[in-house]
Amino acid sequence: MLIPHPLLGLRDAQEFTYLGDASLLNRPDPVAPGAEAAFCDYVFLRDNPAGVHRELWFHEQGDRSWLVVTRNTVTHEILSAELASDVKAGAAQ
Amino acid sequence: MTRLNGGLIDRTRPLNFTFNGKAYRGFEGDTLASALLANGVRLMGRSFKYHRPRGVIAAGSEEPNALVELREGARQEPNTRATVAELYEGLSARSQNHVGPLHRDLMAVNDLASPFFAAGFYYKTFMWPKAFWEKLYEPAIRKAAGLGSLSMLPDPDAYDRGFLHCDLLVIGGGAAGLSAALTAGRAGAQVVLADEDFRLGGRLLMESDLLNGAPASDWVETVRAELESLPNVRIMTRTTVFGVYDHGVFGAVERVADHLATPGDKVRQTLWRITAKRAVLAAGATERHIPFADNDRPGIMLAGALRAYANRWAALPVADAGDAVAIFTNGDDGHRTACDLLAKGAKVLGVIDTRADAVAQGDYRVFAGAQVTGSKGRLGLTQIEITQGGHSSWHAVGALGVAGGWNPNLHLTSHHRGRPHWDESLLAFVPGQGGPQGLIAAGAAAGKGGTAEALADGKRAAQAALSDLEIAAPEIMLPDAADTPSAQQAFWHVPGKKRAWVDFQNDVTVKDVKLAHQENMRPVEHLKRWTTLGMATDQGKTSNISALAVMAELTGKTIPETGTTIFRPPYTPVSLSVLGGGDTGQHFRPHRLTPTHDWAKAQGAEFVEVGQWMRAQYFPQPGETHWRQSVDREALAVRSAVGLCDVTTLGKVDVQGADAGEFLNRLYANMMGTLKVGMVRYGLMLREDGHAYDDGTCARLGEDHYVVTTTTANAGLVYRQMEFARQCLWPELDVQLISTTDAWAQIAVAGPKSRELLSRIVDGFDLSNEAFPFMACASLTICNGLRARLFRISFSGELAYEIAVPARYGHALMQRLMEQGADLGVTPYGTETLGVLRIEKGHAAGAELNGQTTAQMLGLGRMVSQKKDGIGAVMSRREGLDADRRRLVGLKSVSPQEQVAAGSHLFTEGAAQTMQTDQGWVTSSCYSPHLQGYIALAYLEDGDKRLGEIVTAANPLEGRELRAEVVSAHFVDPEGGRLRD
Repeated sequence: MLIPHPLLGLRDAQEFTYLGDASLLNRPDPVAPGAEAAFCDYVFLRDNPAGVHRELWFHEQGDRSWLVVTRNTVTHEILSAELASDVKAGAAQ
Repeated sequence: MTRLNGGLIDRTRPLNFTFNGKAYRGFEGDTLASALLANGVRLMGRSFKYHRPRGVIAAGSEEPNALVELREGARQEPNTRATVAELYEGLSARSQNHVGPLHRDLMAVNDLASPFFAAGFYYKTFMWPKAFWEKLYEPAIRKAAGLGSLSMLPDPDAYDRGFLHCDLLVIGGGAAGLSAALTAGRAGAQVVLADEDFRLGGRLLMESDLLNGAPASDWVETVRAELESLPNVRIMTRTTVFGVYDHGVFGAVERVADHLATPGDKVRQTLWRITAKRAVLAAGATERHIPFADNDRPGIMLAGALRAYANRWAALPVADAGDAVAIFTNGDDGHRTACDLLAKGAKVLGVIDTRADAVAQGDYRVFAGAQVTGSKGRLGLTQIEITQGGHSSWHAVGALGVAGGWNPNLHLTSHHRGRPHWDESLLAFVPGQGGPQGLIAAGAAAGKGGTAEALADGKRAAQAALSDLEIAAPEIMLPDAADTPSAQQAFWHVPGKKRAWVDFQNDVTVKDVKLAHQENMRPVEHLKRWTTLGMATDQGKTSNISALAVMAELTGKTIPETGTTIFRPPYTPVSLSVLGGGDTGQHFRPHRLTPTHDWAKAQGAEFVEVGQWMRAQYFPQPGETHWRQSVDREALAVRSAVGLCDVTTLGKVDVQGADAGEFLNRLYANMMGTLKVGMVRYGLMLREDGHAYDDGTCARLGEDHYVVTTTTANAGLVYRQMEFARQCLWPELDVQLISTTDAWAQIAVAGPKSRELLSRIVDGFDLSNEAFPFMACASLTICNGLRARLFRISFSGELAYEIAVPARYGHALMQRLMEQGADLGVTPYGTETLGVLRIEKGHAAGAELNGQTTAQMLGLGRMVSQKKDGIGAVMSRREGLDADRRRLVGLKSVSPQEQVAAGSHLFTEGAAQTMQTDQGWVTSSCYSPHLQGYIALAYLEDGDKRLGEIVTAANPLEGRELRAEVVSAHFVDPEGGRLRD
């Protein structure tokens, strides 16, 4: 697979390490009521869809960017790739 | 000899070779198969199950039968298709799968037992008695399985891998491929043209067609020369594109030196990873046969192959040049073979055509509405039975060509869930919708097999690809060519009682397909697994569709209703050697070497692999005959004088930025932001699920500058986790990270005389306890100006330091410390002693941090700050984790000379030893030279409250148990006075 790195262009997937569901970006508030249950969901429960999936890839043998890659898990078509820090910062605004 | 005139062989270059030890001669341009046929050799092997005599069926990579062992010694290569093995001087090949000589195979008795070997034989027979499987059935089956044999020697050749990028990859260099490559090449596009053959031209080389009124090979030569002259075109012959991967990545194997006796200074094969924006699949088509009774004798082959051997290689598959040849066909293509053979001077008995209205296309006899219903000849074809209008007669022939129609080689189009589509007019599957994006099938691979048709289609495909890429394509002139007639009848097999082979390689007959139907193994996937149809090296290239047609007939459904055979990579077999790409032995898993590696080697150190690192394990001295002697000496030297150990392999991460402290607060379970500049703190990291992850030290070198260390094993993972935290969780923090593990050489200087030793190399730095206390750190210079970092930390429990210098000075620093410390008794120590010292001190390492450990278990529960958030903080407080009562303790063997084995489980003395009464387990153990007895670390229920108790350490695996006293994990200096001295 080739991943369109937002800074470096098309890069071979072999340069990356895969982590999985990008919901890991949404770390729960540790002081909110019910934090423990929220963390249980966060740590243990993931979606594993056949179809469009937002997932985390780490450019370990590259510039060490974490990317959020939107990929169709059936066709392996890659719909977008963004810097995870941008996604996270965008969500915070 | 049955060599004809003409052909694309170089008769001025004879080549000697041997087959089963007998010497033969062929010519340059021959394959092993064509050279054997030209020498009158038809019998080339024995079939898989029944050991039936077999000869060559095809003229290309689809060959199911003529598999040989090629080469000698370590280069011996089993299951090599004789049809693609290029002849070279001195080639040696042997037939496979027989006991005794090929013409008198003792295993042929299997053929008599064939009623027992029907479809599903293994599934049905070896189910019971169950106990027989391991002792009897499996060894016997393993012995009988497979065809060729391996040399069992290491592959002596080199392999390589390469990467190519292009606009257009053209797969196949026949009519369609050449016109596609020419179209794209002239347009200036970056083109890679790959063909599995050693010569471009594909089927054009095998046919008698004229292009522009001249032999097709002339046109091929002209195009090849032009393509070769274009800098934007790369021609790769002997290269099989075997698979399509995501996003336009293609796998290909180039057989760089398979056509040479030995590769010399070349690599044997190269694995290419070709990234192409578009691709044209011009892989041609594979002919299918028509099963009839006893259709597997040497001399019976595909009619298109017969034609190819005659036209390209000037060879006829008959034992004697005077023997007649017959053709059995269900369409026009068989007549084409008859005409070509006549033109080559062969004696043609006639064409047996299943169509009642068939007429001759030349001067030969036509048996219209007829079928071949039997054959004779023990080791090679001698007679065929022709049945016409209910009347049967036997005819002497030396060879029979069978023409059952052509299947497009659409394999690569089905690699991405592409489903082939049944074309009723072609009686074949053609590439369907879906499949790999940007891959366009052309020519015979797309069902357009006529020469003129294929030339035009290749051009069309290239133009479509170029237009997608917005590259202007000039119009090219294609040569004048004709399409030969290709009408055919849907005739799939000759009905009869005797065995008619569908899949030659796996000995699957029409009867087996019927049995599978009877036993309800009807879906094509079940059919394959029940009968083994379409398995092994040829993957059913010549058999799948015929079997499907038989099954369709039995079920009364159409072929597309019955199923579709799709394919996965590889198109043809790929050797494991080339997939390894040369990464064998040490290259498979390269070692990382520490800066003092060469120094340690010169000291005679023994090394141990730690992750990827090679670390000095211990340093044997003259007279030491057992590793324990070395380790005991090293450990005592550290406790009494001073020792040196390379600890470069610990992960080191530089953390800088205004929010570095806050970042580390969140990363570690304990507080780091409050650390004073110039001080170090032990740090424990948790996983987000609350378990202990990794530990190390965190040193604050400046207001905005920290250096953290990780364990050797987790260096990469912790760094990845830190980047995850920085980018994915808290990008708003002003913090930057960089791994400096390889940048700094770090040496532990441990022992009561370590301060004295270091004072001899620092540049006027005050090492006194007041100026540089326990857990202090500093940047300084040593040895007259070399920048260094000094940390007063201790893994051994002694007064100790770790000193870091730029990696390139590591070797020199070690030498300097050894020189300067000679009078102090300085002693280098390795990982074994490191382990002994840390167990004596009760420091946790990998065995204690096994992924299921909590901070409480380590006795570090109070370290998990309740004042702040940090990774794993919330989950560490969840039910179950916070109540864990197991604690890290020390164990002392009651009999000091008996080792408490790591992994032993702990029980209250006298208690029954069950899962329910299990009290914990031993994590690490060693002989302590300091205490002169065996000690261990263990997790024990309520361990912190049981000091002094005697427990049982059970090792049921070895039937051993012993008594051990529960003690503090800090065997040495529990108050820590030595550290702070």
